[in-house]
Amino acid sequence: MSINTKIVGDLVANDISFVTTVPCKQLAGVIDEIDAHPDVLHIPSNKEDEGMGLCAGAWMGGKRPAIIMQNTAIGVTINTLATLIQYYRMPLPMLISYRGELREPVACQVEMAVHTKALLAQMNIPTYHFHTQSDADELDAILKYTFMCNKPVAILTDANFWGGYGDQ
Amino acid sequence: MIRSDILKEIAPILREQMVVCNIGLPSQELHMIDDQPSNFYMLGTMGLSSSIGLGLALAQNKKVISIDGDGSVLTNFGTLPTIANNVADNYILLIIDNGSYGSTGDQPTYAGKKTSLTAVARACGCENVVEVAAKDTGKALQAAIDGDEMTIIVAKCESGNIKVPVITMDPVVIRDRFMKAVQA
Repeated sequence: MSINTKIVGDLVANDISFVTTVPCKQLAGVIDEIDAHPDVLHIPSNKEDEGMGLCAGAWMGGKRPAIIMQNTAIGVTINTLATLIQYYRMPLPMLISYRGELREPVACQVEMAVHTKALLAQMNIPTYHFHTQSDADELDAILKYTFMCNKPVAILTDANFWGGYGDQ
Repeated sequence: MIRSDILKEIAPILREQMVVCNIGLPSQELHMIDDQPSNFYMLGTMGLSSSIGLGLALAQNKKVISIDGDGSVLTNFGTLPTIANNVADNYILLIIDNGSYGSTGDQPTYAGKKTSLTAVARACGCENVVEVAAKDTGKALQAAIDGDEMTIIVAKCESGNIKVPVITMDPVVIRDRFMKAVQA
């Protein structure tokens, strides 16, 4: 089973049926599988705070949501996380491509990478870092934890987890 | 007519629907005029009323009305293509366009100058966009509810605010009673 199939399988097994995404090269395979899955409504969004608004509405409408985004979006969504998702106590798994870590070829990505965990810690957002593919064994438990405590939860997936960027 | 006049006029129509209401004075005014469990008041996060409403409409079958402002739509412009490309026929976006940022002291918005939100919504691919004068908002809203077709209403009104108290209800209470109203 590919890692993409495993991730989407865990989402669906946890009744996640509404996923909003902002494009990402590393998460492209997951996004493709979500788009094709008959049990998941996939709504691409133009910006991550917009996506979190969609997720908040979907959850209040009875669907378990998730958002797929890059770590740079933590910079975009601090206010939405604080005053919508956390303030109204809503669950939101955030599957995040952790750009700017080991094997990163683009220097600018490091500039947000160095702030990512500090920002998440400052926001008291439970954070899990997938560095090797076996780390994804915990995804099922992380999703259950998210909907148990009604909090946003970050799952950072770095380049090593995805097998690097190839020859660049 | 100013925004609060429109809200007073449409309150009896809104009472029967799920309503997501924009941050600041619009929520405070609606709360004062006719507080209902079926109203979701945004206490923060400017710009996301339309997104929350669309997510809610896509997730269940009840009619959903997002009340937004011109300034809030301008701050989340990406919402209009998302709405256009993910049609929910139980969704109505009511943009009360007074050409100003009312909650912060009526600074002018670009929608009050050269930018037409009606034209932008159409250009983004929204198929059923109606622009009305303030006095016709109730009629347009009722027609949209009866029409069973996703509708964007741009209601043009004058800028101006009334004195209203802030909402002191706990956000989790607002959210919980709203979710119960959705499920009822």
